[in-house]
Amino acid sequence: MLKLEHIYWNTPDGTPILKDVDLAIGDGGLTAITGPNGGGKTTLAKIIAGIEHPMKGRIVFEGEDITDMDVTERAKRGISYAFQTPVRFKGLTVTDLLEMAAGRRLDEAARCELLSKVGLCAEDYEGREVNASLSGGEIKRVEIATILARKSRLMVFDEPEAGIDLWSFAGLIDAFEQMKAEGVGTQVIISHQERILQVADRIVVIEDGLVKEDGARDAILPHLLESSRCPRCPMPDPEVRARHAAKEARR
Amino acid sequence: MKAATEELLKLVSDWKGSFCGAYNIREDGKSVGRLSTEHIKVEPKQDGTGLDIIVAPGTKGEQVAIPACVTVGDFNDLVYNDFYIGEGADVTIVAGCGLHNDTGEAARHNGIHRFFLKKGSHAKYIEKHVGVGKGTGRRSIDPVTEVFLDEDAMLEMDTSQLSGIDTTRRVTKGTCGKGAKLVIHEHLLTEKDQRATTEFEVSLDGEGSSVDLVSRSVAKDDSVQSYRSKIVGNARCTGHSECDAIITGHGKVSASPQLDANNEDAALIHEAAIGKIAGEQILKLRTFGLTEEEAEEKIIQGFLR
Repeated sequence: MLKLEHIYWNTPDGTPILKDVDLAIGDGGLTAITGPNGGGKTTLAKIIAGIEHPMKGRIVFEGEDITDMDVTERAKRGISYAFQTPVRFKGLTVTDLLEMAAGRRLDEAARCELLSKVGLCAEDYEGREVNASLSGGEIKRVEIATILARKSRLMVFDEPEAGIDLWSFAGLIDAFEQMKAEGVGTQVIISHQERILQVADRIVVIEDGLVKEDGARDAILPHLLESSRCPRCPMPDPEVRARHAAKEARR
Repeated sequence: MKAATEELLKLVSDWKGSFCGAYNIREDGKSVGRLSTEHIKVEPKQDGTGLDIIVAPGTKGEQVAIPACVTVGDFNDLVYNDFYIGEGADVTIVAGCGLHNDTGEAARHNGIHRFFLKKGSHAKYIEKHVGVGKGTGRRSIDPVTEVFLDEDAMLEMDTSQLSGIDTTRRVTKGTCGKGAKLVIHEHLLTEKDQRATTEFEVSLDGEGSSVDLVSRSVAKDDSVQSYRSKIVGNARCTGHSECDAIITGHGKVSASPQLDANNEDAALIHEAAIGKIAGEQILKLRTFGLTEEEAEEKIIQGFLR
């Protein structure tokens, strides 16, 4: 479905972030991209969506070279992207965003289904403006609901767990699993969260701008968790694990 | 009634061939249709300068429409309308103004509206301004609104000017008594070389009175807008003024809020945000497959709604 061939990307000051990333993502299923902060995961997600463009390399989506295509063209071809920090809009309502994402009018039942998947009650939220009155967690859930509304062939979620409470997070995991079970598109999720890694079919570890590990979940996850475990912390959080893993790898 | 008037009525007052309830249709300075109802009287002033609209106490759920249309150039329309809303009444007032000018001469409408709301009454006031026509003559609308709210009265004003008016100066003044509430939501779009000035001045005199002024505007092309607001808190009260403006092209917006707290229990707030559409907002909508232009249009439509 998607091929990233020899992708390079530098920051405007010339710092290399992605250094020859080669990655192929097949049709269907859930691929989790993980790794330490600053390793290039979000940049890679933005490059897939067309928000950033590689300095070098080629991107092929369903047999078509999309390297030079912009965000709009890629969206029309079936790539959607959930921002890590969702955007706020004065005047646009939750329903407006869901309908723009879906590309059609949504009836009450459809809005309710989408919002309930991310732990929001349609009655309370569909008329709300997507502005500063929504908390960080609420707007994050709306962001993810817009991606669910698009039903794209390739859905890229950038740290969907950030800013979401545990109850909603459980609902979100269910939504990812349900989409996977129903064969609704291909999911690529950037995440540090062990629970997301546990529902992935495949795990890709990006570190220092390179694909460090890539394989089936059962092959990668135990090793990843073990290598990231700090002996002094019985239950370190995922970011601590990721930092620890990076330190171990450097050794 | 002229065909041009009917077209304007559709734009400014949702005209569908008739009005529900009392009304007066003003065309080129003259009434071309008027109806009073049992509870709402629409009467010409004795000096012929405008109308007195008198809503009986306790009137509930009724509507009165008083649209004004100017369909010719070289015309300067001036009208004085006074609204007397009786105690405990709850009504809707539709007061749009449309200018159709196919000439090279200027056309202007200047509506001076005064609202007197008695104790416990509530009114929703909807005002749309629009200009159409192929003429090069300037189209101007300069409304002046004065509001006097008695105890526990509430006036909600929803005003908009979304196209075709070359210059406007919108002046609104209000006085709120005990427990009275004034809510004003203004939506304004200017383009080309249009000019718009908005001035609000509200005095919160009564205990527990409040005002909420929200102006959302878009200044496109070379248009220029100015927003001035003054809230004076003379008692325990709450006042909120918000000016949000989007500029595109070479549009310019100036906002000057003034808050005068003359009582230690006056809580007054002003917020202002002026700037272009955030790049990330456009980017987000482009991830839905919209082009940059479509995204900008959607953002502006939502913002001005």
